[in-house]
Amino acid sequence: MFDAEPMPRPIPFPAGRAVSRPLFERLHEWVTTVDHKRLGIMYILYALTFLLIGGVEATIMRIQLIVPHNHFVSPQVFNRMFTMHGTTMIFFVAMPILFGFINYMLPLMIGARDMAFPRLNAWGFWMTAFGGIILYFSFFGGSGLYGAGSAPDIGWFAYAPLTSPAFSRGHSTDYWIIGLLVSGFGSIATAINIVTTILCMRCPGMTLGKMPLFAWLNLVTGGLVLLALGPLAAAQIMLLIDRYLGGHFFDTQAGGAAVIWMHFFWIFGHPEVYILAIPAFAFVSEIVPVFSRKPIFGYPIMVAATLTIGFISLSVWAHHMFTVGMVSYANAFFVASTMAIAVPTGIKIFNWLGTMWGGKIVFKLPMLFCIAFLFQFLIAGLTGIMLGAAPFDWQLGNTYFVVAHFHYVIVGGILFALFGAFYYWFPKMSGRMYNERLGLLHFVLFIIGFHLTFDFMHIPGLLGMPRRIYTYEPSRGWDMWNLIITVGVAFQAAGILVFAANLVWSSLKGKLAGNDPWDAWTLEWTTTSPPPAYNYATLPEVKSRRPLWDLKHPEDPDWKYE
Amino acid sequence: MILDFQPSLVILGKIGFLLIGTAGTAVAAPGGPVAGPDMFSPASTPAHSIYRLALFVIVVTAAIFLTVFSLLVYSIVRYRRRSSDDEREPPQVYGSNQVELAWTVLPVLVVVVLFLAAARVIHAVQDPRFPPGTIEVTAVGHQFWWEFRYPQQGFVAANELHVPVSDPKHPTPTHITLLSADTDHSFWVPRLAGKTDLIPNRVNSMWIDPHDIGVYLGQCAQYCGTQHAKMLLRVIVESPDDFARWVANQQQSAKRIENVARGRQVFEATACVNCHTVAGTNGKGTFGPDLTHLMSRETIAAGAALNTPENLRLWIKSPDDIKPGARMPAMQLKDQELDDVVAYLSSLH
Repeated sequence: MFDAEPMPRPIPFPAGRAVSRPLFERLHEWVTTVDHKRLGIMYILYALTFLLIGGVEATIMRIQLIVPHNHFVSPQVFNRMFTMHGTTMIFFVAMPILFGFINYMLPLMIGARDMAFPRLNAWGFWMTAFGGIILYFSFFGGSGLYGAGSAPDIGWFAYAPLTSPAFSRGHSTDYWIIGLLVSGFGSIATAINIVTTILCMRCPGMTLGKMPLFAWLNLVTGGLVLLALGPLAAAQIMLLIDRYLGGHFFDTQAGGAAVIWMHFFWIFGHPEVYILAIPAFAFVSEIVPVFSRKPIFGYPIMVAATLTIGFISLSVWAHHMFTVGMVSYANAFFVASTMAIAVPTGIKIFNWLGTMWGGKIVFKLPMLFCIAFLFQFLIAGLTGIMLGAAPFDWQLGNTYFVVAHFHYVIVGGILFALFGAFYYWFPKMSGRMYNERLGLLHFVLFIIGFHLTFDFMHIPGLLGMPRRIYTYEPSRGWDMWNLIITVGVAFQAAGILVFAANLVWSSLKGKLAGNDPWDAWTLEWTTTSPPPAYNYATLPEVKSRRPLWDLKHPEDPDWKYE
Repeated sequence: MILDFQPSLVILGKIGFLLIGTAGTAVAAPGGPVAGPDMFSPASTPAHSIYRLALFVIVVTAAIFLTVFSLLVYSIVRYRRRSSDDEREPPQVYGSNQVELAWTVLPVLVVVVLFLAAARVIHAVQDPRFPPGTIEVTAVGHQFWWEFRYPQQGFVAANELHVPVSDPKHPTPTHITLLSADTDHSFWVPRLAGKTDLIPNRVNSMWIDPHDIGVYLGQCAQYCGTQHAKMLLRVIVESPDDFARWVANQQQSAKRIENVARGRQVFEATACVNCHTVAGTNGKGTFGPDLTHLMSRETIAAGAALNTPENLRLWIKSPDDIKPGARMPAMQLKDQELDDVVAYLSSLH
């Protein structure tokens, strides 16, 4: 609740300040900025650029696989495409875009004026940015001596010994290592910033138990980044030592262990899934209550479930390795831990349903995307249970079923939640409303495309089609499914183009949104859209998890019940 | 029996899969019609155990899906904002410990059941006791082909694994030791067993006991380099007599047939012998497949092409036309030499 002045008034800019200045000056301001909102927007734009590039790579693969024995690209090019597609989408799309939203929204939602370490924040962004550029420079400089260049073709999890000098000549693997190392350090910096900001920068009255769920969930995300990125960096440095200093950690021809790389990679790789998923949960946990017109159901349980997911996610990594010949009790252990994580994840889904239950659901675009998220994330979780039963995984592992499963998680779950977040916070970030019709078109196209591609992708996996093959035999019953999968890509691409057009058009010509277009309850909606550089003229003071509810319903405030 | 499920559950699961059209479709592959690599028509004990577990897991997850999906649809329809609604907010409910407890305990029970079912199959498949008479084979993964050593019988074959059919009453399973000569590979024939990786510097193993005579398709299931896609695999399951005849033939050295002597000379005088073995000649290389009984195989280039003289000629002349990125170099032979060497190879029965 706010005391004397309920809505902190923004300090007006001196007139004429914002009038056109030279382009160079404006660019310079963006490049040198340490403002969390500008950095957030740069993260998002940077990630959207890479989303287009990664999408083109996926499209090339799907065209190649549209019919058996196709000659659209060579196996060498195909292998580069899936390596670059995976690496790009995880490290240079999903992580930066989520960090972008966290960067932008977190200080606003906890009533802070910026992140705890603004300069470190800028450093983290630029490290991530340069990491992507280094990776993509491999297309020009990858093969080193020959000059023609090529990108790495080692797969995004870069299993040893394919990365050893014997099997990976030239420098393409080095670009992969250095690019991810650099961006990894940026991610660690950002995680330090997120954790510190949440622990130290909350506005008066906001105890840990009164933070928006957004802050709680991203506290867990930050912690997971700190724990998970280290092993990856360590393994990559060991790989560099192998490649250049005569080390033999993973060099099997000199007695190294390929399986150790797998352990290192997946000790990073599985928490990474939750590093991407938990921010998506955070978006959903903010959007569903507002559009159901009810507070989140079971707030303390949601916090507990998230912490549990965080802990368990550190002990499930070897379910990516059920086929490498672990002993039976090791396999059984990882079945148990993998199955266990289904429980807190289920609790989250039930709590979102509980939030909708008894509400008055408003079907605006952010909510539509969240409902699609719920449906798709449910399926992704259930196919995850199938893969988590180790013997079933001995059949399904490394097939298109796995590819379908994790795209269901990352596209059907995380990307849909992200689109919801885009439409939810676009008015706050740009000050303008998005175009509702274009948004709806985007939703419909993307739903059709997503389901055509990824529903049908499960089937060739069940029929024995391994992943990462550039072509396949015509006689195995996979042809029709692959055709349908590729058709879906066209719809997804169209959806993305409509989305991009909507962003551009609406940020220039959209209707002015005002401070609080959704009649929402968290602090970011008290300031102007877009917020001024300092966010709040006077720091807000809160008494409950929904400060704006208290303000709008003084007769029935939340703080009486919490 | 690994798992004793209600038969009705099994049937339900099978029906579910018939709906999406996956039940054991016979398809035409190189060398005549053989069943596709479909894990839902198992023909060997490990594949069977996995199949039954899979049906159980599918039925359980389908039940969860239907429950949660119905709740989702119900709440969307029932609790949508209607045009007749007043502007008042709905009752603000913060949560309920009883409900939370219920939807924590129920999933825990489901998870425990699923874990026990999976653990049982893991144990049955991974820790079996082998009867006397078990056939030993060592499979070695190479970029991009399979080497099959038969240490008991003392010969080496490639790409097409021959094993005897196993009568459930007197089982003769095949125990396969898995090694790799270069990068990671994975041995996967879905109708016979789940996949197990071949990893350099590591000894893995698996087993199969096929119940039916026939050809079973599979392929490498771990990305192993440029030509991972065409590292195909076939397992030929034969009657004990046919298997014994095949073994007896494989144990012979190559016959010296005089009308292909020119071809043998080309083979022995060029780089062929650096990589390939033909028992009884000076060809003792082990980098490529053993060719002593090349004509006993239906396919060449690890299943990438049918074993015909035309394909053989093309393969020697320009391997990239069949399998770009294969380790076999183009041999730069003259046309006459090509014809001779193909004639020679065609005599290696």
